[in-house]
Amino acid sequence: MATARQIGEVIIDLRNISLRFGGVKALTDISFDVREHEIRAIIGPNGAGKSSMLNVINGVYRPQEGEIVLRGRHHRDMNTHAAARAGIARTFQNIALFRGMTVLDNIMTGRNLKMKSSFLLQALYWGPAQREELAHRRKVEEIIDFLEIEHIRKTPVGRLPYGLQKRVELGRALAAEPSILLLDEPMAGMNVEEKQDMCRFILDVNDQLGTTIVLIEHDMGVVMDISDRVVVLDYGRTIADGTPDEVRGNQDVIDAYLGVAH
Amino acid sequence: MLYREAGQFKATYVEDSQIFPIRQDKVGMALILVVAFAGIPLLSLTGLMTDYFFTAILTPFLIFALATLGLNILTGYAGQLSLGTAAFMAVGAFASYNFILRVDGMPILAAFALGGLCAAAVGIVFGLPSMRVRGFYLAAATLATQFFVVWILTKIGWFTNYSSSGVITAQKIEMFGYTFDSALSKYLFVLAIVALLALLAKNMVRSNVGRSWMAIRDMDMAAEVIGFRPLRTKLLAFAVSSFYCGVAGALFAYAYLGTVEPEGFSLDLSFRILFMVIIGGVGSILGSFFGAAFIVLVPIGLNILTGFLENSAGISLPSGISSSIELMVFGAMIIFFLIVEPHGLARLWQIGKEKLRLWPFPH
Repeated sequence: MATARQIGEVIIDLRNISLRFGGVKALTDISFDVREHEIRAIIGPNGAGKSSMLNVINGVYRPQEGEIVLRGRHHRDMNTHAAARAGIARTFQNIALFRGMTVLDNIMTGRNLKMKSSFLLQALYWGPAQREELAHRRKVEEIIDFLEIEHIRKTPVGRLPYGLQKRVELGRALAAEPSILLLDEPMAGMNVEEKQDMCRFILDVNDQLGTTIVLIEHDMGVVMDISDRVVVLDYGRTIADGTPDEVRGNQDVIDAYLGVAH
Repeated sequence: MLYREAGQFKATYVEDSQIFPIRQDKVGMALILVVAFAGIPLLSLTGLMTDYFFTAILTPFLIFALATLGLNILTGYAGQLSLGTAAFMAVGAFASYNFILRVDGMPILAAFALGGLCAAAVGIVFGLPSMRVRGFYLAAATLATQFFVVWILTKIGWFTNYSSSGVITAQKIEMFGYTFDSALSKYLFVLAIVALLALLAKNMVRSNVGRSWMAIRDMDMAAEVIGFRPLRTKLLAFAVSSFYCGVAGALFAYAYLGTVEPEGFSLDLSFRILFMVIIGGVGSILGSFFGAAFIVLVPIGLNILTGFLENSAGISLPSGISSSIELMVFGAMIIFFLIVEPHGLARLWQIGKEKLRLWPFPH
C-alpha cells in the first residue's frame, strides 16, 4: 500500500507504560514505538486499553510508570498543551466537536495555536488581526476542499449526520497541520462507502503530507489493508506487535479475538 | 421576496466574513442606527417624544442590553453560569464614582473605562473557581461575589465617600465642556457607548477569542487537546464580561438613576439580567438587545394595559392586585418562553428570516 513515502526514524517511543485508575489496571507495562510517516494501528477487543493508550500519548492521562520518548526527548508524561504544540493532533472515539459552532468555525479552532494577534486587535477586527483571520481561512478552505465538505461549511455541526461529523473532526485535527495524527476509531459506525472515503482521506494525508498516523480501528479489513505495523492489546497488555501479516498469524491474537477454551 | 440573498455572491473571504453578509441586513442595520442616532433625537425636538421615553424606556433598555451582552459573553459564549452580574455592575459604578471624586480632572470616559477594568479584575478573581467547578456549582460560587461585593461596599465607608445613608450621587457627565444633563443627551451618550461595545463584542465572537470561548463551552476536553488553555480562556471571558457589566453599572448610576446605593445592585438585578439573556437568546449578541427590550417593555406594556382596563372598562382593581397581576403575567410569559422557544427571541428572529427568504412560496 505504501507508495513513495519513506518510513523514517522512531518518532514516538513508549517504554513500559503502566496506567491505573485506583485499583483498576488500564495499561500494564506496554512498550511499542511509532516510526515517522508510518500508519501504526492499535487493535484489540473492547476494554483492551486502546483509547487509554492514545490518551497517554497526548497527555490526557498521566501514566504512573514508564516514559514517553518523543523525537528523542524523554518525558515522564505528556500534557495536552505540550502535545498540541509538539504537533500531535487527534480525533475522539465519541465525536468531540463543538456542536454549537459551524463546520468552518470548528475547523478554524484547529488553527488556534498558529494565531498570534492580540485579543484587543481581534476585538477591533482590524489590520493584522483581520489579515491573520483571512490567511487562516484560506488554509481551512483547502482542508474543506480536501475533505469534500464545501456544501456544509456554514452548517452547525450538531445538525450533521454522524459520518460527516467524523469527517469534520478529522478536518479540525488536520487544520493544526500536525506531524502526528491520533485517530480513535475514525470509521466506527460508518457504512461501506463512508469507510472507503475515510480510508482515502487517511491514506492521502499520510502519503501527501507525510503525517505519521496512529490509528485505533475495529474493522480488521481496514486495519490490515492500510497500516504498516499493528500492535495488539488485550487486558492492558501487549500481546503482539508486527506487520499485519505477522499479527494475523499470531496465536495469542487469534485467542484474544475468538476466545480460548480453559 | 423582499428578503432574498439570491444573486449576492461572495468572491472573497473578506466579503464572506462580514458581520452582515446579506445586503438586506446591512440596510436594516444602517436604518436602525440612523433612527437611533438621528431619527429619535429629531422626533424629540418636535416634541412628539417626551422625556419619559428616554428616561424610562430607551436609556434603561440600552444599559440593560449592555449588561446582558456582558453576561451573554460569559454564560452564552463561554458557558460559565454566573449570578454575580449586579456585583460587577456595582464595582463599575462605585469605582467610576471614586475615580472621578478622587482624581482631579479625570475624564468621564476614562473613569468609566477604569471602572470597567476594576470590574474585570474582580471578575478574574471570582472567576478562579471556574477552574474546578462548573454549572450550578459555579453559579453558587459567583453568588458569593454578589453578597461579598455588596457587603464590602456597604461596610467600608470609603467607597461611598462616607455618605451616612450609603447612597452616592453620581457626578455630572461632562465632556469637552459639555454637560450631558438632558434626557436626550444622556440617551445619546449611552447609545454611543453601547453601539461601540456591541461592535467590539461582535468582532470578538467572530475571531479566535470567541471561538476559544465557544470551544470551552461545547467540549472543554477537545478544546484543551487542540491547544486552548482552559483557565486562561475562562478568565478572559470573566474579565471581558465583567468589563461590560462594569461599564453598564457605571452608566446605570450616571445616566439612569443618578443616585445609587450598594443595595441597588442586588441579587434581584442579577436575576433580571439572567432572564434577559435567557429570553433574548443564549449565545447571541442581537439576542441581548431583544432580551433587554422584552424585560424593559413588557412591564410598561402591562402597566398601560391594566391602567387602560381600569379606566375604560370600568373594572377597578384594588391597587395591590394590579401590580401583582403584572408580576404574575410576567412570570407566566417567562415560563411560556422557556418551554416554547428555549433559544430565545434571537432564534425566533432567525426562524422568521428563514421564512421570509422563501415567502411567498412554500419552499
